[in-house]
Amino acid sequence: MARQSDEAFFWMLFSAGGVIAAILIPVHLFLFGLAFPLGWLPAPDYGRLMSLVHMPLVRVYLFVFCSLPLFHWAHRFRYTLYDGLKVKHLNEVIFALCYGGAVAGTVLAAYLTWTIA
Amino acid sequence: MRQEIVKAAPAYTEFHPRWYRAPVSVYWWLGQWRYLKFILRELSSLFVASFVVITLLQVRALRNGPEAYSRFQHWLQSPWMIALNLVSFLFVVFHTITWFNLAPRAMPIWVRGKRLPEFLVAAPNYAIWLVASVVIAWFVLR
Amino acid sequence: MADKIILEVARYSPEQDTKPCFATYEVPVHKEWVVLDALNYIKDKVDGSLTYRWSCRMGICGSCGMMVNGEPKLTCATFLSSYAHNGNKIRVEPLRYFPVVRDLVTELSDFLVKLKKVKPWLIRKDTVPLSQGEFLQTPEQLDYYKQFSMCINCTLCYSACPVVGLDPKFVGPAAIALAQRYNLDSRDQGAVERIAVLAHPEGIWGCTFVGECTKVCPKHVDPAGAIQQYKLNAVLDWLTSFVMPRGHNSQDVKP
Repeated sequence: MARQSDEAFFWMLFSAGGVIAAILIPVHLFLFGLAFPLGWLPAPDYGRLMSLVHMPLVRVYLFVFCSLPLFHWAHRFRYTLYDGLKVKHLNEVIFALCYGGAVAGTVLAAYLTWTIA
Repeated sequence: MRQEIVKAAPAYTEFHPRWYRAPVSVYWWLGQWRYLKFILRELSSLFVASFVVITLLQVRALRNGPEAYSRFQHWLQSPWMIALNLVSFLFVVFHTITWFNLAPRAMPIWVRGKRLPEFLVAAPNYAIWLVASVVIAWFVLR
Repeated sequence: MADKIILEVARYSPEQDTKPCFATYEVPVHKEWVVLDALNYIKDKVDGSLTYRWSCRMGICGSCGMMVNGEPKLTCATFLSSYAHNGNKIRVEPLRYFPVVRDLVTELSDFLVKLKKVKPWLIRKDTVPLSQGEFLQTPEQLDYYKQFSMCINCTLCYSACPVVGLDPKFVGPAAIALAQRYNLDSRDQGAVERIAVLAHPEGIWGCTFVGECTKVCPKHVDPAGAIQQYKLNAVLDWLTSFVMPRGHNSQDVKP
């Protein structure tokens, strides 16, 4: 019996990334992207943020936050290009660019959160 | 039975009709509002990715010291970034709502022989979203 | 309510035309008339060459599917009055994404080939002799797959799904929903045989959950739901395939 394709793995990453993005990104975006720059809420100062980031749990949280949603994007954008622009014949290129981007972001996130102390 | 139906239509022969295959335009998604809504939902992933990039830049700025972080905060206050983040926020919330509303279709939950109605499966997701947001905000603002 | 309505009907004659054109007919509006009644009126009284499929005229055979004002509908279940109220014209075309044989008749063999690929029948690994009696099934076990068994193969979902139009090899909503109907049936032991066709880039992974298939389904089968449920199953199956040898059945989880 033929083994099923490995698409299941990428869909799993897409789903996990989608859940993380759905639950965590809105509040981060609201606070750091709108409320603090526009002065609606008092922004935490550098010292405060660094003391948060020193906690290992926070660094793991940031790593997951920056990694999984990128895989969510990679999978979804890949299919949007196939369907929206009908470029399925560029399969390998699109695959490499999307997942390559996600992997690059993950590596960068790992490096930054590991060396931030 | 022919297995290769999907290939090009056979040429017209006397006893076989010439099938007409309407071409599918690359702008198919503009044809109906429901299709456009779907594409917008899919494009929300771009704004998810762009905010992850901004967060990576934030972590890098933190790592590089107080002046770097101050420059980063200043950058976020520029009109283009505010505009981007406003649009991103709308798309990301759109992602969240569509995600939670569609999730119950993938997970039918059977209780005592009956299927739980979809809003009961979606509701805990919204609750988790609310609680997580409050906890994170509290951590950051404390 | 107006007493007449205009129908713009796609006409295509393979012997004469290279592509379809539209013919306009004026049809009287009666209170209970559906689009199928209008087409029958045209064929009886106006233009006998109009060609289309229909049978039961009560929404159970699945023959009379057509595009009505750009939406896939069963013409026996689409009332003229809902268009006459707005003074709209009704545009009737053959179902989208299928080759057109003539006028409103589509070529369905592609769908039938895909349907056969998913093996929509009970598959048993052991043969139970007749003397042991029937397979027994509780109402709960029936409810588990009943929704997906309501499919009448009308292919409205294929006309609603953009992936069907963009990728001719995509297996499609109805076929996957029917495969899942058998996967969830307590009498079936063939889930493993369907994996190769379903958990494939041209199977469930081609689906991006647009959800239009469910919206147009006249029998509320929810093929989109069937496909997403199978995606979760496929992930579990893929994970366990590293741990357990081929032959295990994570899809055979039934109540």
